[in-house]
Amino acid sequence: MDSIYNFFARILPYGSASFSAVSALAKSVFFILLFTMPLAGILTWMERRQSAMMQDRVGPNRANIGPFTLWGIPHFIADALKMIFKEDFVPPKANKLLFALAPVLAVAPVLIASAIIPFGAPLCYGHMTDIVAPGTCVAPIEMQAARLDAGLLFYFAIASLAVYGAALAGWASHNKWALMGGMRASSQMMSYEVTMGMAAMSMFLIYGTLEPGAMVNAQGDWPWQWGIVGLPQVFAFVLFLASAIAESKRTPFDIPEGESEIVGYFVEYSGMRFGMFFLGEFVEIITSSAIMVTVFFGGWRFPGAEYLAAHVWNWAFVLISVGAWSAKVFLFCAFQLLIRWSLPRLRADQLLRLGWQRMLPLSIANVVLAAVWVLLLK
Amino acid sequence: MATTVKIVERPAGIRRKTYLIAIVEGMWVTFRHLMKNWVGNTLGRRAKTDIATLSYPEQKKAYPERNRGLHRLMKRDNGEVRCVACMMCPTVCPAHCITIVPEEAPDGTIEKRPRIFEIDELRCVVCGLCVEACPCDAIRMDTKVHALPTIRRADAILDKEELLSRGDTSTATQGGVGSFWREKVKT
Repeated sequence: MDSIYNFFARILPYGSASFSAVSALAKSVFFILLFTMPLAGILTWMERRQSAMMQDRVGPNRANIGPFTLWGIPHFIADALKMIFKEDFVPPKANKLLFALAPVLAVAPVLIASAIIPFGAPLCYGHMTDIVAPGTCVAPIEMQAARLDAGLLFYFAIASLAVYGAALAGWASHNKWALMGGMRASSQMMSYEVTMGMAAMSMFLIYGTLEPGAMVNAQGDWPWQWGIVGLPQVFAFVLFLASAIAESKRTPFDIPEGESEIVGYFVEYSGMRFGMFFLGEFVEIITSSAIMVTVFFGGWRFPGAEYLAAHVWNWAFVLISVGAWSAKVFLFCAFQLLIRWSLPRLRADQLLRLGWQRMLPLSIANVVLAAVWVLLLK
Repeated sequence: MATTVKIVERPAGIRRKTYLIAIVEGMWVTFRHLMKNWVGNTLGRRAKTDIATLSYPEQKKAYPERNRGLHRLMKRDNGEVRCVACMMCPTVCPAHCITIVPEEAPDGTIEKRPRIFEIDELRCVVCGLCVEACPCDAIRMDTKVHALPTIRRADAILDKEELLSRGDTSTATQGGVGSFWREKVKT
């Protein structure tokens, strides 16, 4: 093992540009290919299964690989195969370039924005098989693809580009219903981004930083040391959760789709292009869940983490912390699915009234409350 | 007639207006159902859950007693077809799906029997009038079997042998009691 370390330390010295590039690439690949995409696929199945269970049905439980049914989880593989082999229909009068670009623009920004999320405890370079006490590592590899000072501002900036996906899909389809869906999507996403930013701003005030990794470090292992504890924090969480669901365009904020009135901005899409929009929705759920876990629920921290870090190998501790983080994100995804299948859809005017007249003033008031809170308590 | 307008009262009070309590209550209901069904289904105790789904090919619901299924032809005591080719059922059939070609019966007890007895299950409307019309309990629809899907249309036309293969000996008196049945039943 030591010779492998020495080899890596020689070609990739800690802190060099090539080291940063390789580690960032490795982390991105882990995050997207091994976490986000499989989880998004499983969520497409879980949405159907969980909604069925909530409505006293059984749900999809038949798909299998040979004798392995796995409660029907292979359904998402079957769905993907079906979508790939379906006819890819492009309306004759559609704008071909924008029509092809829109699904990519719906998925890519969310994946890019997830780069700032810290998904585990730092790995100690060169000391992975040693027991490393917390805070003593000299060469930590942060489990975060990009450590930016702009932090959550980067997330907001990039994630808001996803509105182009919906708006362009509506515009390029040459279909009135699609255009209405695109218009609704853009008005809704712009309205709720303001509230989302304001809710996050009260957390910026409390943490004194924009950087998600630093936010996780500011929180403790035990639930009462997490970011949610405190009055402005709870308000910020509720506002952030509501606007994050509105951002992902899901029930109760799904008027851009509104399948009973207009089918939505993706009405002309078929096959895997539609699948991209579908997948993008679930990737958005995962990313917003991950942001909420990072800001409000201690990120990768779990009860007893500090004790564990001082008693197990560094690599094992990092794996356990990634597992704890994944479990939290998964629970949040399940919670978002619970909301989606419990609440009825808002009407377009109700949605905008809720956004601009109720939630935005509340979120601004919460920023003031957070400022007072910081002044008095810290 | 004057149009009446029913004014629906909007919820009053901060508790009702914010809908927050109602949202939490509603989500608690769905969460309770989710946990009960999920845990019960995972442990294999479907009966303890609220799930009403019947897993069809494995589980089948019992049909009611008077369900009309695929036709069958009943048999005489000696195993011959019970039908006497009286042509009642092709006459009454609204879909004209029954084809009977009669022939003379070899033994002297009855005059006729069907040489060909065919039912086109694709044309059959499953009305059951043929069973009602039959004077000697020769045709029945009590199999509780559906008309099966077939590759060729010809396969859906059932002939005498196939109809007889589901057949059984009738409990009705062979040949009936004749036109004096009222007197005979009294005694």
